[in-house]
Amino acid sequence: MLLVLLLVPLFAAVVLAFIGDRRFAPEINIAGSAATFAAGAGLAVQVYMEGPMLAGGKFFFVDAFNVYLSVLTSFVSMTTAIFSRRYMRREREHGRVGHIRMRFYHAMFQLFIFAMLLCLLTNNVGVLWIAMELATLSTVLLVSLYRTPTAIEAAWKYFILCGVGIAQALFGTVLLYFAAEKVLGEGGEALLWTNLSRISGELEPTVLSLAFVFLMVGYGTKVGLVPLHNWLPDAHSEGPTPISAVLSGLLLNIALYALVRCKVLVDGATGTHHAGHIMMGFGLLSILVAAFSLLRQKDIKRMFSYSSIEHMGIATFAFGLGGPVATFGALLHMLVHSLAKSSIFFTVGHASQMHRTQEMDRIKGLFRGNPLVGWGLMLGVMAIAGMPPFGIFTSEFLILTATMKDAPLLTPFLLLGLAVAFAALFRRVQPMVAGDVPSYQKPMKAAHIPVLLHMALVLVIGIYMPDFLNKWFHTAVELLK
Amino acid sequence: MNIHIAAQINSFLAAFVLLTAFGMLVQRRMYGLVHLFTWQGLFLSLNTAVVGYVAQRHHLYISSVLTLALKVILLPYILHVLIQRLKVHKEIETVVNVPMTMLIGIALVIFSYHLMSPVRELSTLVTRSTLAVALATVMIGLLMMITRKHAVTQIIGFLAMENGLFFAATSATYGMPLVVELGVALDILIAAFIFGIFFFHIHTTFDSLDVEQMARLKEED
Repeated sequence: MLLVLLLVPLFAAVVLAFIGDRRFAPEINIAGSAATFAAGAGLAVQVYMEGPMLAGGKFFFVDAFNVYLSVLTSFVSMTTAIFSRRYMRREREHGRVGHIRMRFYHAMFQLFIFAMLLCLLTNNVGVLWIAMELATLSTVLLVSLYRTPTAIEAAWKYFILCGVGIAQALFGTVLLYFAAEKVLGEGGEALLWTNLSRISGELEPTVLSLAFVFLMVGYGTKVGLVPLHNWLPDAHSEGPTPISAVLSGLLLNIALYALVRCKVLVDGATGTHHAGHIMMGFGLLSILVAAFSLLRQKDIKRMFSYSSIEHMGIATFAFGLGGPVATFGALLHMLVHSLAKSSIFFTVGHASQMHRTQEMDRIKGLFRGNPLVGWGLMLGVMAIAGMPPFGIFTSEFLILTATMKDAPLLTPFLLLGLAVAFAALFRRVQPMVAGDVPSYQKPMKAAHIPVLLHMALVLVIGIYMPDFLNKWFHTAVELLK
Repeated sequence: MNIHIAAQINSFLAAFVLLTAFGMLVQRRMYGLVHLFTWQGLFLSLNTAVVGYVAQRHHLYISSVLTLALKVILLPYILHVLIQRLKVHKEIETVVNVPMTMLIGIALVIFSYHLMSPVRELSTLVTRSTLAVALATVMIGLLMMITRKHAVTQIIGFLAMENGLFFAATSATYGMPLVVELGVALDILIAAFIFGIFFFHIHTTFDSLDVEQMARLKEED
């Protein structure tokens, strides 16, 4: 099942590269993603019944931590494919993309999904790095898909800054291998996560803490943590909206996943809370800087990109804090943020197509113009700002409680960040959804299934957490201790 | 070849890698840069082969040949073609404050030695003394990307950084496992195609490859 999950998107990428921009290409894209999700769900059932497992000669592995992220990744990529069918068709009608670029778009979308799943499922820390770089490379040219000066600038920045950042992570991986080789002997075995986590106590602490600094800077750049976040608002706002949705909703999670895996090893080796403190620092700084930057935004997609930085900051902070409650909160936060944020990007995509602009001042009257888009955006913002009964309230509440207990002095800063972000989002969203329909607004049919599905899930998780999720999170908390 | 001589050759080649890195930092001509980059790749490839021979690690021969093919032949060739097609070979980039950049470079080398000293203590490999040079090469590549404003130069800085990383893997652990080395090489190959496409996009959109012009996406106040 695990290998099927990886092969489906790779196969779909090849198929889509060949059929190109035929009439039914978007449907094949959806079918490919749906098959991926089916495989992901199958894998989840298998893991639920049989527990963690290895596959492909120890090359791949799955445990409670990466199984839920794999299902999430395949699910969101499926709904994004559904959303993208209508969205990209309209972009073609507007003349923003042509034949060749549509072929490229579909093939790269599937390749990107493959790269992310490979990141999650590989057992080899070196391959994890390679897959992360592949995920970046496959999206660089998608960010510049519209070929406008700003899009090219954003993509160049993304390419260069993430390339530099991730190079640091490779250096960290070399140091990790250096330490591991002494214990496990030479060869591929010494980079397998299942081996590393078993012997992490025997790894040389000085080398590992040095390695963590490089890994933190490297993967931290990809998570978009302040002050390494410069590329993120540009890359997430200039590309096509389906790409913004998967970049914000999925790729940031994957980078954080890599960072957390590394942190577990470093903690095991040093026996101190050193790595956690670094993560808390980066996380808290990200929350505060992103919250205040939210206030100044004029472009709607840029604003929600900053909101992604803020939420990734919260999750990083919580993982850094450690302890069962905070880790549980962080795992949940990754899940619900991903669902809510991609849903917001779907509605934002529709809203900006209706007004032919991404400027918030010119987007108005969404409730009356298109209730689904208006309410979708409103509810999405309520969820992302942390209002009950949505799932993000639960995760933020857990993280706050843990902070009050373990690091009470930091609670006011965390609360300040959350409050400012809350105010900034509502100040901007209120005028967009309320009021009369402006003359330049064009009515259009929205893709409602993805939005409704995501919001329903965020709501359900907020009210009642399913048993299997609860079980996985608890197991993952044990793993990450 | 005894261990002692091998260590000498290793240090000698490391010195040349570092020298080419410093050369790139201040080289203003495009072709000059590509030539320096080619030399750096050659030194790296030779060094990998020597280490492979001394340490009896045969997979390093594969890495060495791979480096030769990719970084001495293919990438310089691609860069040459791109520079010719885009007609930027006559462009001479203004490099501001050469002495200052050099001084920062030297400071980075010292910093790398300081940072790597605990690791060197722990290592028993012949190549342990060159690990700091490898980190310095990475840092100098980074410095080059910050100080230079031409798209081609930035990419060469990026590739020089990658050279440094490869060098680090050879010095610290006699190379990463083969699957990782191959994967990294594949990533670089894909990156090469992407920056090739990018150069054309930037050129047609901005009429030049100076990345200074790309400053539209700033935070408005």
